[in-house]
Amino acid sequence: MSTFAFPPSIKSRPVWGSFEPQSGSAYLFVADAEGAEAILDLAKVAPALMASAHIIYIPKGTDFETALRALNPAQLYVGPSYAASLPRLRKTLEDAKMGLQVYLSGSEGLMGQAMREAAEAGIPHAAIQTEHRGSVARRMQCVHCKGITEDVAVDPFVCSHCGLNLFVRDHYSRRLAAYQGVCIDAEAPGCVPEPKGIYE
Amino acid sequence: MSGAEKIAVKVTEIVPVNDLVTRFRFERVDGGALPTFSGGAHTVVEMQDGEITRLNPYSLMSDPMDPSAYTISVRRDDKGRGGSLFMHQKVQVGDEMTISYPVNLFPLDLRAKKHLFLAGGIGITPFLAQIKQLERLGGHWELHYACRTPALGSYVDELTAHHPNETHVYYDDQDQAIDLKNLLDGQPLGTHVYVCGPKGMIDWVRSTAQAEGWPREMVHYEEFLAPQPGKPFEVKLAVSNKVIAVGEHESLLEAIERAGVDAPYLCRGGACGQCETDVIDYAGKFIHRDHWLEEEQQASGKKIMPCVSRFEGRTLVLDR
Repeated sequence: MSTFAFPPSIKSRPVWGSFEPQSGSAYLFVADAEGAEAILDLAKVAPALMASAHIIYIPKGTDFETALRALNPAQLYVGPSYAASLPRLRKTLEDAKMGLQVYLSGSEGLMGQAMREAAEAGIPHAAIQTEHRGSVARRMQCVHCKGITEDVAVDPFVCSHCGLNLFVRDHYSRRLAAYQGVCIDAEAPGCVPEPKGIYE
Repeated sequence: MSGAEKIAVKVTEIVPVNDLVTRFRFERVDGGALPTFSGGAHTVVEMQDGEITRLNPYSLMSDPMDPSAYTISVRRDDKGRGGSLFMHQKVQVGDEMTISYPVNLFPLDLRAKKHLFLAGGIGITPFLAQIKQLERLGGHWELHYACRTPALGSYVDELTAHHPNETHVYYDDQDQAIDLKNLLDGQPLGTHVYVCGPKGMIDWVRSTAQAEGWPREMVHYEEFLAPQPGKPFEVKLAVSNKVIAVGEHESLLEAIERAGVDAPYLCRGGACGQCETDVIDYAGKFIHRDHWLEEEQQASGKKIMPCVSRFEGRTLVLDR
């Protein structure tokens, strides 16, 4: 099962939804890995909207491409990474008209970054549909050096830029599309708890 | 004291715009600067009409950055409760009046890539201020303005002279109408639509935009409701320990104020939510007319908006 029930948290923490069919003139999907399953599930409920759907998909080693292609979307782009897909995403949003519906699914890091692009293109974040699937790893910003570490699955973790031991907080920034990581051993250097899964 | 802070002003100019609409210019009595505001803001004008104090909201139409004066346009409503007739018939140049600080319940969303304005009749007034604000900011906007006839097209000449490319005017008597579905279709991503006009027009724009897949957050509207007359009823105000009678032609809020009870308010038109009041007990039925409460709240019998809503029945006890 690719879904996960996130425990209740502070207000800053994003709450992801589940895809609902929505009337519109065009549909843009951005998904990574198991995020494809959310698109496949929506297509079962609302197959007609695939005719005007543009899917930007980053497989991350999973094998959903054939199933997505079988939905016959108007466009399907399969990219090696989010960074590689970004020019296409930006160009699509730049050319888009009102009536476009944006659907984001997969990891929190992917949804957060694509949401930032869509919001910069003028769509209010509350009007963007999301559905979390797959990895619960987070995109983290070190509040000290500002470096981003992708796919953080354990807490605490070592900043991939400055090497500080960071505590994984639920404090989230939509602008950075990242959670905040704060030095855990500032008072007593070296006194670091054993890392464990974020939700363990 | 409830409501926004007050400003003492003098009427310095009254200009008939057409058969129905008259423009009023207010300057401070003390000669000082008025607060600047944001396009879409309104002021509540106090009218001392004999024994009755009327408080009516009007959109500010002057340049939001001009602190020397405010202007409003008042459409005469011969069948209304008398506020617009008072303004048209009783107010003279030189009169001193009290108005409220500007309150904005219809602001521009400055994140918009483009602002699409839809006005019906006197609903043009907030857009006049918003257009001045956007011209200063270099904003991207377009106006579609429906009027009954050329003779009743308030400010059409000024708009088409200054903004010929942005202004589109439609006259009912020439069977011209806004082609709304077509207009919404193809607007660039990030366009916000704003509508001010009669209720039917607002409902039409909201439902069409929704059907075309426009997010709720990008559809803005403003409609001030005037309180409607109704059967007189009695209310017990539990906190002030008073029983008051609400007359046929006054609102519940006005009756509460007449009894000397200070009740919160801002817009007096069912839009802002300030006057929301808890119901302690009731036997009868509510006539909810506001845009504020959710349908479930209206059905719950626990809340009322006294600025526009009424009650028919035996007992009503309010937490006021």
